[in-house]
Amino acid sequence: MTSFLIKGVSVVGGPATDLRLRDGTVAEVGPDLPTTDAEVIDAAGLVALPGLVDMHTHLREPGREDAETVATGSRAAALGGYTAVCAMANTDPVADTAGVVEQVWRLGRRAGLVDVQPVGAVTVGLRGERLSELGAMAESAAAVRIFSDDGHCVADPRLMRRALEYVKAFDGVIAQHAEEPRLTEGAQMHEGEVSARLGLTGWPAVAEEAIIARDALLAEHVGARLHICHVSTAGSVELIRAAKARGVRVSAEVTPHHLLLTDDRVGGYDPVFKVNPPLRTERDVAALREAVRDGVIDVIATDHAPHTVEDKECEWAYARPGMLGLQTALSVALSVFGPDWRLLADRLSCQPARLAGLTGHGVDPAPGAPANLTLVDPAAQVTVEPAELASRSRNTPYAGLQLPGRVVATFLRGEPTVLDGKAVK
Amino acid sequence: MQHLLSADDLSAATATEVLDTAGELANVTGREVKKLPTLRGRTVVNLFYEDSTRTRISFEAAAKRLSADVITFSVKGSSVAKGESLKDTALTLQAMGADAVVVRHGASGAPHRLAGWLDGSVINAGDGTHEHPTQALLDAYTMRARLGRLAGLKVAIVGDVLHSRVARSNVRLLHTLGADVTLVAPPTLLPVGVSAWPATTSYDLDAVLPDSDVVMMLRVQRERMGDSYFPSVREYARRYGLDAPRVRRLPEHAIVMHPGPMNRGMEIAPEVADSPRSTITEQVANGVSVRMAVLYLLLGGKG
Ligand SMILES: [Zn+2]
Repeated sequence: MTSFLIKGVSVVGGPATDLRLRDGTVAEVGPDLPTTDAEVIDAAGLVALPGLVDMHTHLREPGREDAETVATGSRAAALGGYTAVCAMANTDPVADTAGVVEQVWRLGRRAGLVDVQPVGAVTVGLRGERLSELGAMAESAAAVRIFSDDGHCVADPRLMRRALEYVKAFDGVIAQHAEEPRLTEGAQMHEGEVSARLGLTGWPAVAEEAIIARDALLAEHVGARLHICHVSTAGSVELIRAAKARGVRVSAEVTPHHLLLTDDRVGGYDPVFKVNPPLRTERDVAALREAVRDGVIDVIATDHAPHTVEDKECEWAYARPGMLGLQTALSVALSVFGPDWRLLADRLSCQPARLAGLTGHGVDPAPGAPANLTLVDPAAQVTVEPAELASRSRNTPYAGLQLPGRVVATFLRGEPTVLDGKAVK
Repeated sequence: MQHLLSADDLSAATATEVLDTAGELANVTGREVKKLPTLRGRTVVNLFYEDSTRTRISFEAAAKRLSADVITFSVKGSSVAKGESLKDTALTLQAMGADAVVVRHGASGAPHRLAGWLDGSVINAGDGTHEHPTQALLDAYTMRARLGRLAGLKVAIVGDVLHSRVARSNVRLLHTLGADVTLVAPPTLLPVGVSAWPATTSYDLDAVLPDSDVVMMLRVQRERMGDSYFPSVREYARRYGLDAPRVRRLPEHAIVMHPGPMNRGMEIAPEVADSPRSTITEQVANGVSVRMAVLYLLLGGKG
């Protein structure tokens, strides 16, 4: 096992110092550490962050390996500065048994680029009818702690209540895709002025807010943990703020694209901008940004959703919703919040690691901490070239856009997965 | 202008040019030999993903009267999930050298996608619940022919605005040409966000009628009732149907329009549809002239 001496790096925005990585941990932190036999990385001007953790990734394997595999998605994640990702359960077969979650977990181990933490489905086949074997998934080698039917809402209030209660036995959390299905039948984009003009059926903000309001009450009633996936509206922020103020155990995430893009991007009917929940308005974007700053939203999560060309190069109504996110998340967050490294480390690493129960992750580089970290060049500007992304799919909404910040290196347990901006394997 | 995808593609000057050209071409239709050599050697493809016999025939007649070669593709049902994608179809049409593609599609924005993949002109013949710009042009032509002007006209568009591509295109074009549009519908059939449109809205047909020069009735799908947009056909007809007593509230000169096909007895009473105020058959005839003008102006100037 090689040891690395990272010279002159700013740890989460602090003064320049050296970091020694040895035996999978951060061995020493301090100025002018002796070189000894270490491999030296000149990190002057770079910022070291705890390795990023994504609570919401779609890796598509098993079932849609033409769009993404655990291996290709892991590479994209490492290049984006991630050391752990939570793989959503809406695969084919659905990750609703111990067998499937262990399979995904093992594929992640084999790829060896990030820790792949499977999310288990709340209900069998994501059908919203009866609970999956949540306990078996929790006890499996994958040790599942997050359960979600993401892509679908657990709409039945009684089933949602049971799920919230049941996972208390192993400190699990239900991550809800908040979408009242009757209010979004046929929905194609945010319901508002743009949908009225384009003649596309609207996905009203209230469809998200109604479920968040209900689930916060259910979580409060049974004293359980609730996590809200990809919050997209100003009204949702206010509901979560109020629930937190009452002491409800609710957490929330927002995607980079909901922090940057608005529904007027749909104007040309290019399905690369089709996503669920849909892009909202300027007012929503402003509220989401504020909620990240003040902590009402705990986590920035990518909702990385690879789709093949065939699933996107078609009529808007027939295109699959979703966009890539792993390789651009840090840059988008940096462009939105600026170099507030404490905030970025917290929302992109510490909080998601805490909520997902990933104890080796989300810890600032300090003596004795696991050497899961990422080095960022904040001065770099990178133009997003879809063809150059590591994902098997190309559906990025940022094609041609220049974004700040570049991931120079990523370390997983002291071993580089990315060096000089390139994946090591 | 390369394409006609939306009524927004038309400036006041361009729209007026289309209407004036349609007026000149209408004379051709009256002649014994109903053909002009203008588009000889050009290929116009009618690409219809939805059944609409009247629109398809109207475009076919328009293209043939200009001596274009016309190919009609009727793509039955939803071919998209299985079989050839819209993009593959576009590449095929491109290889066949289509100069213009007239497209009717159930998905809003499909003509926009097609325009991105083709060198020729794309004409939107109705896309989902988005737009139907040549219908708006023929409606404007009909209003101008009957009432002598468009600027300052008060036009009430009545019915299922939410799902109506005819309404969307008419609001835009009529605004461009200086008419004042009032949308009349139950609140469930007006889109959220309609306040951004250059039109006023009302839930009360009777209040709007005395001040209207034109009443344009929209087709209402009976299935909307099953989806609770309104309680019953009977209640809809009572509150928003145009019957003879309501017509008597209109000014003397006012006209009644309908894009067809009509639900007689629901949105429009039979005696109103067949009255002298009704322009319904003129609209059909004018459709051919207006579509000739659109093809002429998009293709006539080239090569
Ligand atoms: Zn989701």
